[in-house]
Amino acid sequence: MAPTDEVILEVRDLVKHFPLTQGILFKRQIGAIKAVDGVSFDLHRGETLGVVGESGCGKSTLAKLLMALERPTSGSVKINGRDMARARGGELKRMRRNVQMVMQDPYTSLNPRMTVGDIIGEPFEIHPDVAPKGSRARKVQELLEVVGLNPDHINRYPHQFSGGQRQRIGIARGLALQPEIIICDEPVSALDVSIQAQVINLLERLQDEFNLAYIFIAHDLSVVRHISDRVAVMYLGKIVELGKDTEIYDRPAHPYTQALLSAVPVPDPEGRQNRERIILQGDPPSPANPPSGCRFRTRCWKAQDICATEEPLLQIRPGTSHESACHFAESHDVVHSA
Amino acid sequence: MSDIRPVGPAHPETEQDAPADAQVTAVGVPEAPPLQERPEQPDAVPVKPKGRRDKPASLWSDAWYDLRRRPLFLGASVLIAVLLVMAIFPQLFTSIDPYDAKTCVLANARQDISAAHWFGTDNQGCDVYARTIYGARNSIVVGVSTTVVTALVGGLLGLIAGFRSGATDTLLSRTTEIFFAIPPILGALLILAMFRTGNVWTVMLALAVLAWPMTFRIMRAAVITAKNQDYVMAARALGAGPWRIMFRHILPNSIAPVIVVATINLGSFIAAEAALSFLGVGIRSPDISWGLMIAEARDRFLEAWEPLLFPAFMLSLTVLAFIMLGDAVRDALDPKLR
Repeated sequence: MAPTDEVILEVRDLVKHFPLTQGILFKRQIGAIKAVDGVSFDLHRGETLGVVGESGCGKSTLAKLLMALERPTSGSVKINGRDMARARGGELKRMRRNVQMVMQDPYTSLNPRMTVGDIIGEPFEIHPDVAPKGSRARKVQELLEVVGLNPDHINRYPHQFSGGQRQRIGIARGLALQPEIIICDEPVSALDVSIQAQVINLLERLQDEFNLAYIFIAHDLSVVRHISDRVAVMYLGKIVELGKDTEIYDRPAHPYTQALLSAVPVPDPEGRQNRERIILQGDPPSPANPPSGCRFRTRCWKAQDICATEEPLLQIRPGTSHESACHFAESHDVVHSA
Repeated sequence: MSDIRPVGPAHPETEQDAPADAQVTAVGVPEAPPLQERPEQPDAVPVKPKGRRDKPASLWSDAWYDLRRRPLFLGASVLIAVLLVMAIFPQLFTSIDPYDAKTCVLANARQDISAAHWFGTDNQGCDVYARTIYGARNSIVVGVSTTVVTALVGGLLGLIAGFRSGATDTLLSRTTEIFFAIPPILGALLILAMFRTGNVWTVMLALAVLAWPMTFRIMRAAVITAKNQDYVMAARALGAGPWRIMFRHILPNSIAPVIVVATINLGSFIAAEAALSFLGVGIRSPDISWGLMIAEARDRFLEAWEPLLFPAFMLSLTVLAFIMLGDAVRDALDPKLR
């Protein structure tokens, strides 16, 4: 796993607002759910960027925007310099070859009426120029072997496999077009913990083998730390902190990240008593009507007047080594503090 | 989703996850050493019940396997097979051709059961047994053709409405509501009154016009469910076009309820044909229909019960056979009932 400096995915000011409408015949917009609201980051070749955040912070919407399954309200998603968010028709179809997806639930992401061979072979049918007709069955068997499944099971149906095996089928489908980027939207959260380890190891092995870049979306901080080179923390549609995994986990600067990390279970009864536990008050505000200024200020213990008036930008703050979006950012090791 | 997997003694998940419990904490601990890659057992596929070949098990093959073991299905199938032979080759069952006017001798009117006339004779002196046998064809033709037409029209429009949604859906759904508002028998009477003649095709048309909205609704609901499944999103992410998504992913996953309803409705269409012929607007003399025979025999029922009861019994038996078949198919295709 050797991330290079070459940027293959460049996301700038990505915004997705879902309109809220009222009325049956004459619909008028009364507001918008600001699911993703100004997200920018780069992804380098061979790198894994972890995206963490609580439910409803816009992680999955971000994944759909990156896959061009949703059209952004504004902003750009550039893959190798070309904007996927603006691409249409044949151009979009060609660009899709570079970005593929591994989905959360292996029980719903495979068509139950198709054989494994048809599921993994479908990318070749949609993009016939990737593999000539005669070689497809062999290619599918190669892919099955790559993800650690028996190539003889090409004619079986998804329900004949276990959850972990199904997720491997989903990964094989994602690999078929030889993409440079794979977006993993909670790829292991529907699996048993023991199977999670296998699937994560498989993803790491494939990354080495094919020099893949991952966007790894999860709410399990330990899993994200295990696989990621860099981590982005999202809160209410925005990235609040972005840095190398060691920076985020050992020297978190944003109060939200600190609170998030303090909630990670520690598998050590002794250490558990020593660590700091930050308990946030209240629920996340509605993304239809986010707070002014800093979105986290309603639950932040550091909040002052400036937080309500001025929105903190994602930048490197004095005394910290990586980008964070807080006026009062300050490195603070939550996990190891006594 | 997983409930369509056949029940077998070896449950894949429990079997192979148990020894991996030792790794459970591995993901939870940050900076854990690389985990042991332990590929899942390739043969961890549910053991198939005896007598099933080692072929891919799809919903349809599972359903077929299930159906062959149902006495209800076997009974209905035998009955329907006999009825189909009766409809196609009535001369196998009787040497009398009831369409030949010479076989009716008015002097023999309203005779009792005898060796020459197994079911007696009717008001015109025609052989009731021969007429009952020959009546099967019209009933079956109306039932099958109406079912096919409603399934095709309702199914196709339902597929389009569910898939396209928006204005197309609104237009089609409101149109079906108009048809739902028409009382069925009154509607069929009105439609058939427009024709000077009555035969199987006019009856089929009247029934199909009134019955397609039901298939439409079932198809539309099934399509909307299937459309939001993850595998459809995965296909879109691969760059699949709308035709591929509709016919490769959505249709195979939404057709089962339509087939069930179509099979059950087939019996109702046969009953409706008899009702309309009884009322004098369906199939008309000299054509033969069970409904028509019942109508002709009802005035003299106390003098001769045979011309009424035998066709009525055949009608009931046919309707029952198709409804039983529909029930068996529904049970086999609905995995939740297994």
